[in-house]
Amino acid sequence: MVPLSWYVGLSSALFLIGLIGVLVRRNTLVVLLCIEIMLNAVNVNFVAFSKYQHVIDAQILVFFVITVAAAEVAIGLGIIISLFRLKGSVNIDDFNILKL
Amino acid sequence: MSFYVLIPLLPLIGFLITGIFWPYFKGKGHIVTVPLMIASWVLSLKAFSETMNGPAVHIKLFDWIDSGSLHVAISLMVDHLTAIMLVMVTTVSTLVHIYTAGYMKDDSGYDRFFAYISLFTFSMIMLLMSDNLLELFVFWEAVGFCSYILIVHWYERKPSWVAANKAFIMNRIGDFGFMLGILLVYVVFGTLNYSEIFQKLPAHIHDTINFWSAFNGTTQYSVITVIALLLFVGAVGKSAQLPLHPWLPDAMEGPTPISALIHAATMVTAGIFMIVRLNPIYNASSIAMSVVAWTGALTAIVAATIALTQRDIKKIVAYSTMSQLGYMVMACGVGAYGAGIFHLLTHGFFKALLFLGAGSVIHSMSGEQDIFRMGGLSRAMKITFSTMLIGSLALSGIPPFAGFYSKDLILSDAFQSGPTGHIFWMIGVLTAMLTAFYTFRLIFVVFFGKENFSEGEHHHGHEGHAPHESPLVMTFPLLFLSVMAIGAGWAGNHYDIIGFLSQSMPVPHAIGRPELSEDSLKSISVIVGLVGILLAYALYGKPSTVPQKMAQQFKWLYSLSLNKWFFDEIYDLIFVKPTIFLSFLLWKEVDKGVIDGIVNGVAEFCQTSAAAIRRVQTGQLQNYALVMAIGLFGMVSLFLFVR
Repeated sequence: MVPLSWYVGLSSALFLIGLIGVLVRRNTLVVLLCIEIMLNAVNVNFVAFSKYQHVIDAQILVFFVITVAAAEVAIGLGIIISLFRLKGSVNIDDFNILKL
Repeated sequence: MSFYVLIPLLPLIGFLITGIFWPYFKGKGHIVTVPLMIASWVLSLKAFSETMNGPAVHIKLFDWIDSGSLHVAISLMVDHLTAIMLVMVTTVSTLVHIYTAGYMKDDSGYDRFFAYISLFTFSMIMLLMSDNLLELFVFWEAVGFCSYILIVHWYERKPSWVAANKAFIMNRIGDFGFMLGILLVYVVFGTLNYSEIFQKLPAHIHDTINFWSAFNGTTQYSVITVIALLLFVGAVGKSAQLPLHPWLPDAMEGPTPISALIHAATMVTAGIFMIVRLNPIYNASSIAMSVVAWTGALTAIVAATIALTQRDIKKIVAYSTMSQLGYMVMACGVGAYGAGIFHLLTHGFFKALLFLGAGSVIHSMSGEQDIFRMGGLSRAMKITFSTMLIGSLALSGIPPFAGFYSKDLILSDAFQSGPTGHIFWMIGVLTAMLTAFYTFRLIFVVFFGKENFSEGEHHHGHEGHAPHESPLVMTFPLLFLSVMAIGAGWAGNHYDIIGFLSQSMPVPHAIGRPELSEDSLKSISVIVGLVGILLAYALYGKPSTVPQKMAQQFKWLYSLSLNKWFFDEIYDLIFVKPTIFLSFLLWKEVDKGVIDGIVNGVAEFCQTSAAAIRRVQTGQLQNYALVMAIGLFGMVSLFLFVR
């Protein structure tokens, strides 16, 4: 049986990959994808702990996260499309219009 | 309610009606105020005849202040002094109201003007009728305020409001002293009521006061003297005595009717009235008496010398007023209160006459005031000329005109009041000669000789019409006043005005036997007056170059007189310039530098520090995310490892 620490290690690695992607990539679409990776890192954590702790609640929580993530992606993509129409670009550095 | 209440009430009603509804009058303001004024005048005459054979009347209207030991009521007191003053004030005021209807015709502020002179008359009557110092002070200020708003009547002209401000500020200096005097009266006597003060006066006559006790000083001053002098400071301001006089000649910037009413006959005499009203206090202090006498004598002679060289017709009459006020103050200073009031009354009539006559001349010259640009007016303006001649003879003290009786009474009372009295008498006689000289200089220059104006050259002369006699509404007051200028002195003398007034005040007692009899004193002053008139005739009666030569010969004296003894310049140097300098210093340095510096500095600090911190807000989404991530890691590691 695979020990828990492996799952946690996988989840941490995924989370860090996602985080670094969010911080360094300039393409807004990729940033959105990276956020999804981070969410799924959390999901892996949930499932792993659910298995080892013998509680089913966490698995239900995962479904919630997946649903919310789907909704969030829909909104996020919508925002990115309207930003693209506004600026003609998906480069995240161009989206600083709230700054004075 | 007795009819006495109506005497001040009627002008007040006139003021309220014209003052509140003035936009609806449209040049008909006299319809309300003049009849009310005439009614008030008739009632004053009735009041006078009641006091003639009855005791003083005292009506308490209402309690005004009732606080601890301070009780002040608004009362009307009509004793002999008040009654006779009332007659003069209401007579002059009524005539000025009538005169104004002609003089101010077509003025844009016609109805406003009527409202204000009615308000002034009300205030003046209340001042005369007051029975305590606080009531006196309130109306003392009210007449000063009315004087201000009437001087500033033509408010769009700069000289008007400058003169009005000057009058108000100079009076404020005097009133400050007056107010201190009232406070000291209350501290010493515990009351402000005249009769109660006089009752308690003997008990406090030797009281002393130590002003420097806070600084460990030990000098003791007689408290009665201090009170008398402080109250006199108020009189100095109001009655234009040295050194608070320069406002009076400048006040001539106002319309001529108010010069006649306020600045000749009534308000400026309030100071003398106050001294006479409080005569027991002044009698109790010989120091204060001599200060009063010297101030009056110096004012009389200084003003007379200034009047010698002035060119503005109203300024000449104004300085003459100041000089005559000096006479009255001097009379009070030598204890001749009755003579002072007598002169006040006759002077009120003939000086109002001279002012209204001057106004008639100015009116016909379409605003010209320089006497050397007039000349030969006796042909065109017969009534104005003859009435002004009567006024001038009265002012010069030529019998049988009014000034002769009152002025001679002052001079003989001064002569009989001891050794210093002789000095006052000599000053008075010299002033009388100067008075006759400058008065007739005015008459000769304005009414005789060749015409020094050309048609159509006047200030407002659109059509350039020749000088003309004023309408009846203006000449009637002149005629009425000239009757008074002829008859008032004789009547006062014949019906023993001094005896009448002595029911309210003491008569002066002669010290020792005078070296000169009263008749010879009288003849001296008449001769001196005639000499002054002859001198004026010699110098100005016919074309001559002597005045110019004399001006060059005595250049120093001439410029001293022409420049009014440099009082304005000296005050400018001592008070005005340093005040303006200090104000500029406070404005430019303290206010702009320090105060604004602090306020702007705080704002500047916030702005610069905010600009520095603003760099954190890059607007780059990923910077924020990085900070969030670092913060999260920091907090988690803190939670995991430090605890």
